Amino acid sequence: MSTEPFVILSAILFTIGCIGVLTRRNALVVFMCVELMLNASNLLLITFSRANGNLEGQIAAFFVMVVAAAEVVVGLAIIMTIFRTRRSASVDDASLLKY
Amino acid sequence: MVTLESLPHLPPVVGSVPTDGVFSLLWLVIALPALGAAILLIGGKRTDKWGHYLATAAVSASFVLSLVLFFGLLGRDGEERQVTQHLWDWFTAGSYQVKFDLLYDQLSALFLLLITGVGSLIHVYSIGYMEHDERRRRFFGYLNLFVASMLVLVLAADYVGVFLGWEGVGLASYLLIGFWQHKPTAAAAAKKAFVVNRVGDIGLSLGTALIFVTFGSTSFAVVSAASSQASDGALTGIGLLLLLAACGKSAQFPLQTWLLDAMEGPTPVSALIHAATMVTAGVYLIVRSNFIFSLTEDARTAVIIIGCITLLMGAVIGCAKDDIKKALAGSTMSQIGYMVLAAGLGPAGYAFAIFHLLTHGFFKANMFLGAGSVMHGMNDDVNMRHYGALQKAMPVTFATFGIGYLAILGVPPFAGFWSKDKIIETAFADNVLVGLCALVGAGVTAFYMTRLMLMTYAGTKRWEKGVHPHESPKVMTVPLIALAVLSALGGLLTLNGWISDWLNPVVGEHEEHHLAIPAIVMSLIILVVVAAGVAVAWFLVGKKPIPKVAPTEVSVFTKAARADLYGDAFNDAVVIKPGVAGIGALTTFDTTVVDGAAEGTATVFAAMSAQFRLLQNGFVRSYALALLAGATVVVLALLAVNFG
Repeated sequence: MSTEPFVILSAILFTIGCIGVLTRRNALVVFMCVELMLNASNLLLITFSRANGNLEGQIAAFFVMVVAAAEVVVGLAIIMTIFRTRRSASVDDASLLKY
Repeated sequence: MVTLESLPHLPPVVGSVPTDGVFSLLWLVIALPALGAAILLIGGKRTDKWGHYLATAAVSASFVLSLVLFFGLLGRDGEERQVTQHLWDWFTAGSYQVKFDLLYDQLSALFLLLITGVGSLIHVYSIGYMEHDERRRRFFGYLNLFVASMLVLVLAADYVGVFLGWEGVGLASYLLIGFWQHKPTAAAAAKKAFVVNRVGDIGLSLGTALIFVTFGSTSFAVVSAASSQASDGALTGIGLLLLLAACGKSAQFPLQTWLLDAMEGPTPVSALIHAATMVTAGVYLIVRSNFIFSLTEDARTAVIIIGCITLLMGAVIGCAKDDIKKALAGSTMSQIGYMVLAAGLGPAGYAFAIFHLLTHGFFKANMFLGAGSVMHGMNDDVNMRHYGALQKAMPVTFATFGIGYLAILGVPPFAGFWSKDKIIETAFADNVLVGLCALVGAGVTAFYMTRLMLMTYAGTKRWEKGVHPHESPKVMTVPLIALAVLSALGGLLTLNGWISDWLNPVVGEHEEHHLAIPAIVMSLIILVVVAAGVAVAWFLVGKKPIPKVAPTEVSVFTKAARADLYGDAFNDAVVIKPGVAGIGALTTFDTTVVDGAAEGTATVFAAMSAQFRLLQNGFVRSYALALLAGATVVVLALLAVNFG
């Protein structure tokens, strides 16, 4: 079974996530795009794991999922707090900590 | 002129005789007034009631002890008249050792009597003079401190010890000139005296250092024994540095400017410190260092020149002053000029310098206290133009002042006649020019003292409204009478040449000077010059009415004399202005170059930081872009390394 389609799919997913992070203002969308990029890399890890016939890539994928889950908890909490105080979830508005 | 070869022998090494009997009490002479000062100054207000009595008692006890010691010294043989008392080892630095030793010999014996004797009288006088001053206790504390320091100065057997006393009297003088510190003029005068004295002190400290370098020790005993082996250059250098020290303390040209301002202090201070004792410390230093000065003709010439300049300057300044105390201060400068001149004449003049110092101590203290008594009666007015006709109102003051006047003029048989004539004679024997200076000085002295007498005691009443002159209380007049007696009889010291014989072991034997004319003719010439001075004063001041306000249209000379011969202006132009300019330049260098380098570096970094700071723009997406760019660069770099 060729790995090429999986690598291409992963690259497409990562690019979509990347462009989403760079262009979208809504914090939730940005967040989802980050998840997209994480899963793109997970896909790649598992693909090469299968191709090489060992488990290290799959273990790494599990780690990424655990970290992503923890990150979702913290990230959503921050986004919610920002939304409560400012009535907006735009990442461009939260710029007071500059300089 | 006395040359080196004609010196028969130098004074013997001092300090060979240990202390015993009454001489073991020598330290008490200093300790008594020092203790008095400590009790009064530390005790504070608790001693207000009886402090002045304690201070007077301390100095009087010191005087009695000095008398006992003096008679003890008289009773000894000539060779045993030098007593050294070892108190403690002061400090040691390598091979250099300074012991705190007291040296009691013929010279310090006379000084002890003068300081404690005149000091006691002035303490008594001050009880009356300072009666209404609420800080009287403090005043007496300072006076005691002064007496103790002055005694350290004249008793120390080491130049470092002299320096201790020297600084002590400088401090006491500062405190007492500025005693009425609420007056800005007094505070300024005190500061001026202190600063000008520092210049002289540099001379003493450098002189002491040079003595140590040359002789390896600073004690009189070692230095006097070794001085004849030192090089001429070192001796002259030491001599000139000690002369600078003497100039500062004794208000000699060019450091004379502080003395006239020092008259801001209470009058007893002017009498004790700025006429009778402290200002003569310079003369003491020169005479005490005779083992240096006798060997260096150059330094002695400098001493003579300084003495001549100052004696004429002081006399001229005295002529133009309307302030009675400043006129007397000019006179003090002039008379100390005589002493310095005599000390510069070498072994021939040392004894006469000390003799004049003693008689001057009597009659000048007398006249200063008399001036204080006059001021006391005139509501503290010092302007002689507001005096006049005080002879009737203050008979005792007038009589005692008159004796002081005759003494300073050098009218026989009063004290000044004997001492001043000797100096003028010796000066003529040394050099005609120097003699003429001294002679002219005597004439000018007669002029300004007669002017002072006429303006104060004779003529018409020019009193301000509401002033009722009255004689001072007994506590003030009795010291005046005592000092007047001393001014009248001070000449007895030279009976049979006693004072020269007495001091010879200290200052060295010398040949009799040879005068072209008999001494009696010389005395007559001096008297004629003095009489001329009196006559000029009578015609210029006595016969004309004295205006209440000083006339402004006066000759250039009067203007110069009123401005203290531009001593302050000279210092201003030569020392202060260049000093201020130099400091200004240094300050500018510091603020622009030194600070500029440090602050400039900081400014550059601050500006760079300000620019870099702008990268933090607060937009999360731009951070993400930077992150992406960075990651891309890293990946490209890895690819380039691995496959390049």
